[in-house]
Amino acid sequence: MTKTLLSLSGISKQFDGKTVLDELSLTIDDGEFITLLGPSGCGKTTLLRMMAGFEHPDEGTVTLSGVDITQTPPEHRPLNTVFQNYALFPHMSVFDNVAYGLKMEKRPKAEIAERVEEALAMVQLEDFVRRKPHQLSGGQQQRVAIARAVVKRPKMLLLDEPLSALDYKLRRTMQVELKRLQRELGITFVFVTHDQEEALSMSDRIVVLKDGHIQQLGTPREVYERPANVFTARFVGQTNFFPGRVTKIEGERISVDVFGLTRDLNKPSFRVAMNQSLHVLLRPEDIRVLAPDDTDGVAGKIVERNYKGSTLDSVIELEDGSHVMASEFFDEDDPTFDYSIGERVRVSWVDGWEWLLAEEGDEPLTDEEELAADDAEH
Amino acid sequence: MMRSIKQQPFRAAVLVLVWGWLLFLVLAPNILVVGASVMTRNPSTFISLPLNLDAYRQLFNPLYLDVFLHSLYMAALTTLICLLIGYPFAWALSRVEKRRQMLLIFLLIVPFWTNSLVRTYALKLILATNGLLNSALMSLGVIDEPAQLLYTEGAVIVGLVYLLLPFMILPLYSVFEDLRQDVLLASHDLGAGRFATFKNVVVPLTLPGVLAGVMLVLLPAMGLFFVPDILGGSRNLLVGNVIKNQFLDARNWPFGAAASIVLTLTMALLMFAHRLSKRRLGEEGA
Repeated sequence: MTKTLLSLSGISKQFDGKTVLDELSLTIDDGEFITLLGPSGCGKTTLLRMMAGFEHPDEGTVTLSGVDITQTPPEHRPLNTVFQNYALFPHMSVFDNVAYGLKMEKRPKAEIAERVEEALAMVQLEDFVRRKPHQLSGGQQQRVAIARAVVKRPKMLLLDEPLSALDYKLRRTMQVELKRLQRELGITFVFVTHDQEEALSMSDRIVVLKDGHIQQLGTPREVYERPANVFTARFVGQTNFFPGRVTKIEGERISVDVFGLTRDLNKPSFRVAMNQSLHVLLRPEDIRVLAPDDTDGVAGKIVERNYKGSTLDSVIELEDGSHVMASEFFDEDDPTFDYSIGERVRVSWVDGWEWLLAEEGDEPLTDEEELAADDAEH
Repeated sequence: MMRSIKQQPFRAAVLVLVWGWLLFLVLAPNILVVGASVMTRNPSTFISLPLNLDAYRQLFNPLYLDVFLHSLYMAALTTLICLLIGYPFAWALSRVEKRRQMLLIFLLIVPFWTNSLVRTYALKLILATNGLLNSALMSLGVIDEPAQLLYTEGAVIVGLVYLLLPFMILPLYSVFEDLRQDVLLASHDLGAGRFATFKNVVVPLTLPGVLAGVMLVLLPAMGLFFVPDILGGSRNLLVGNVIKNQFLDARNWPFGAAASIVLTLTMALLMFAHRLSKRRLGEEGA
């Protein structure tokens, strides 16, 4: 059912001798909402600009519906871009901005008027046709930029951090609207952001990028719950990294020593050896905070508590000095539950909710561990 | 409260300075010029009563109308050449790496430190019959005998362009600096080629700079009397020459004043057009 719309293969790009993209390959399916996520300088914007045709790769090819468009200039690509700062034409009215692309196609006047009206209705800006961009709020300018891009009925819409200039509330509204638009139009969206929350809530698939390499490609759930490496785990959401050591391997089960507790876990997909160190990852919401007299868990004390409305986020210092982040939902039975700083607690989690990652680069690896790390990455 | 009272003297001083400047150095001289233009020529006291519009009537004398039109033609040609050189120059300048840009602008401004009269004489040395240019052309074998370069209208145009080009480049540079790259990319992205983007986006967005440049070049080009004096052989080529001659040689102050008022009004008209074009871009009264 899904067919490839755009494929990038072996893309490399250097700027002033600095490698921005390194033999990167990626295929984008028709109709999906795919997000390029990464810190600034990871190559996500360059990648998007290459799809738009503003940059050309040093090596590699870009194919759209089977046609090589690597060297095609942007004006001949059936894709449109929503720019980070909207890039509206300041000397044109809202109508003329949206009509621009259709005028370039030399469409008949009546058709232009009809399609512009339609596009503006879609973003709820019908009443602003005569306004100039500077007479609109940031959110309205954003909508004009979207209408201007979709009016051409592109095969693909490229969005370069389109919401980064909006305030938090407006950003949430626009996120919902963009999703709605994408459903209604059935156009493939390629969305660039450095905001992992935005990426998780909007995307069908997320491409996590760092230093011009794809770190992980998967659904939001995969990226969040089963991060492929330490970078992804750290970048997407908050994570506790517990040091673990393999003490027993038995069939599909292994035993791992964490803070002196022995946990019986499923064998991870990478190769493990006896006494190997590994990361045991737990999201703050997976941490269970227990009473100090509980028999389970590790002893510690509360060093920070933050009321977040729906959750109570706390930081617990263990006896060895390491910090654990916990995020607990308020319970109907105990709506006033709270911690005081210095309160003694124990920290635990439900077996099976953790995620194991091999250690990377930080420490010298044995040959076997190196193999394991490679396995985890691929 | 205390603060604002303490700030009052400074505020007052600044206002007095600004208004004083405008009043005594802008408004008063202009009133004097307007006054002189409606008075009668007097060989001993320069001007005297009664008031009349003779000077303005004299402007319509075919002889002076010719000078004015010819002057306009020379100035327009100068402006056009400055625009044709300055526009791509400013565009390229705005695209150069920032540090290099500062150096280039510095080089553009350096000639201002030398008096323009001196620079015009320097140009005379280059264009003279046995000057640099002729010698160079002859030693290269392009021409056999010196060409008449000096004391031609062409020499005057060269002089005017040379002196006024920076005034065209600087305002254009400023609009090109403000021209956002992503707006041009957006135009391409929406299907416009290079020419369509230039016509529909670059030109309208740089128009205020073009008009500012035209204002800064066209008017001085009509008034720079010493350029025809030095390079053009002292003919009445520009309105500036007429005005200078009326005040210094012919001693006809009313007529000189009337001619300079015509120049001022032309300037006002251009400024009005400039304002309109800026408003169209929404840079004012947002």
